[in-house]
Amino acid sequence: MTATETPAAQAAATRTPPAPRRRAPRRPREFTTFDVWILLGSLVSAISLNWLIFYRFTVGASFFGFIVGSYLTFLVIFAAVTADRVGRLVATDRVMTVVVVSAAAIVFIPLVLLVGYILVQGLKALRPNFFFNDQAGITPVMPSTSGGGYHAIVGTIEQVGLALIESLPLALAAAVFLNESRSKWRRPVRIFVDAMSGLPSIVAGLFIFAVFILPFAKSGNPLFGYNGFMASLALAITMLPTITRTVEVVLRLVPDGLREASLALGSSRARTVWSVVFPTAKTGMTTAVVLGIARAVGETAPLLFTAFGYDLMNANPFAGSQESLPLFVYRNIRKPDISAIERGFAGALVLLLIVLVLFAIARFFGRDRSKSKKRASRVSFSGLKSTFTPSRSTASPAKEASPS
Amino acid sequence: MTDTQTDVENENDIVDTPEQAASVAKAKSARVEIIGGPPAGASTLVARDACAWFGERLVLEGVDLTMPKGKVTALIGPSGCGKSTFLRLLNRMHELIPGAALDGEILLDGEDIYATGTRAQQIRMRIGMVFQKPNPFPAMSIQENVLAGLKLARLKCDDKDMLVEQSLIRAGLWKEVRDRLDSPGGALSGGQQQRLCIARSLAVHPNVLLMDEPCSALDPTSTRRVEETIDELRDVVTVVIVTHNMQQAQRVSDYCAFFLAEENKPGFVVEHGETDFIFSTPKDSRTLDYVQGRFG
Repeated sequence: MTATETPAAQAAATRTPPAPRRRAPRRPREFTTFDVWILLGSLVSAISLNWLIFYRFTVGASFFGFIVGSYLTFLVIFAAVTADRVGRLVATDRVMTVVVVSAAAIVFIPLVLLVGYILVQGLKALRPNFFFNDQAGITPVMPSTSGGGYHAIVGTIEQVGLALIESLPLALAAAVFLNESRSKWRRPVRIFVDAMSGLPSIVAGLFIFAVFILPFAKSGNPLFGYNGFMASLALAITMLPTITRTVEVVLRLVPDGLREASLALGSSRARTVWSVVFPTAKTGMTTAVVLGIARAVGETAPLLFTAFGYDLMNANPFAGSQESLPLFVYRNIRKPDISAIERGFAGALVLLLIVLVLFAIARFFGRDRSKSKKRASRVSFSGLKSTFTPSRSTASPAKEASPS
Repeated sequence: MTDTQTDVENENDIVDTPEQAASVAKAKSARVEIIGGPPAGASTLVARDACAWFGERLVLEGVDLTMPKGKVTALIGPSGCGKSTFLRLLNRMHELIPGAALDGEILLDGEDIYATGTRAQQIRMRIGMVFQKPNPFPAMSIQENVLAGLKLARLKCDDKDMLVEQSLIRAGLWKEVRDRLDSPGGALSGGQQQRLCIARSLAVHPNVLLMDEPCSALDPTSTRRVEETIDELRDVVTVVIVTHNMQQAQRVSDYCAFFLAEENKPGFVVEHGETDFIFSTPKDSRTLDYVQGRFG
């Protein structure tokens, strides 16, 4: 690289010295300190004016009216002052910027409130022993810090892990079929996958209950009773469309040129998928899997008639009802005693943390680690975002409306 | 090119140490065996009455063309006249497009590549292809890219390091990348990527190398390097190159075929023959008009 830098260095050395005129850099879009003062000034005057109107000159006006009135007045004042200072064109731009930013803030507030509420409520009962104890010997009079959700954490991990083992091969096969084959059945399958992703998750649980648990109720076989394995089957149904669609999008981002190049080297189509398409889409596929897990880990409804819930530790997912974190939350929050409700919030907090960790993992694997930013066309999560952001709101606990 | 930094690295500016020079000399003459790979040497490719359809539309009709062993044949002609389609017909890439159909025979050393019982994969291994846009595999290092053909076609080789060195030398890329064979192939400049793709195609020792406008995405410097590479490949493989650049066709090719498609009619070969002849005294007036730049 030294050879390449030399010409540039020489050019820098031989460049003529700066002209005597003092150069002030101009940034046409700059938002200066003065503009900030204008913004704050407009806000203060708008609030003051509305305070006068709503609380001094009139009686009985609502607080909501005061907020809306203040905001609208603020926009008008800000627009007028900015237009006077820098012209109408810039004023329009700034007012729109303020409108968009405040809209974003309004959307953001519920999320912050929700997470904050769970954090505050959950921390009351969350102590280290939450991670090492189940609910054995807990009576309603005991404080919320006694006992724990260890059995629920283990249950969640086992159920989601099994669900992943069950759904991942199917999802990968379906995504490859949708994207790499030339079958005329692709369209029906895609519609089916889409329909499946809209399936209410409680129906998935009900399906497993009706097909595997109910008919074998009298057989006494623990494998076909309430247990973690049945729960994992129900979760697999909810995960399957998520992973399939995400992986399909990631595979579609792999340039066709690479497939052609591989085929032109004498490779079979199957080998091309395995040795060229999958490695190229590896990071995106990892992200897809983590998104699928994150979706399943918070599901409550599919577990109601499958895992059923249990207050004690049951590490065997194939026999006996089992707890999981969402079920733990659901069951505790419905109890009448305060300490149980607080324990439920602690469970919700742990669940949030698990989802957070999963998303951190997805981010870690999803980032593009190849040094060349310009050329490397590894398909990563960054390519995915544009296509998937609207429907992927799993990051927040305000999940897609699931009837749990 | 967007990245001029690495393109400035002219291979001639890199001075070899004695050991490196000895290694290059050894690799140039080395014979690396590829087990299960194509038979040795260049092949003659003959098209007999080749036709191609996309759906119901006939895009290429009645092409009779011989691409002699160890020579460079250039296919020239205006856009949309079926040059690339013809090229893709030659290694059975045409059939991958949905709705594509064909007729006629393509003979590789006398055997029809479309004969029943012939595997397309086997044919594509013997007839390599370089595409318009450089397409190294981004998930693989430079070395893995060169060896990708072996991995993908499930071939074995007794000396992989030697094969990598030899292929990169033949593609004119070795000196620039020998110190960073493990870095990703996508990190190279456009011209280097294209030469990496050539090295990748050469690594399976094909009998024929098809090039579909290999320089159209490259700057003049990289184009010159690729042309030098083509020149050095003469005798090792038969090269068929599609190009829009008539000077390039004149510089690199031994034989030349002029394709033309009249409005709403399939493309066909107007004239073919030795390059010098086509460019100086063609029989057909349309060829003369085209090579002199009066249309197209």
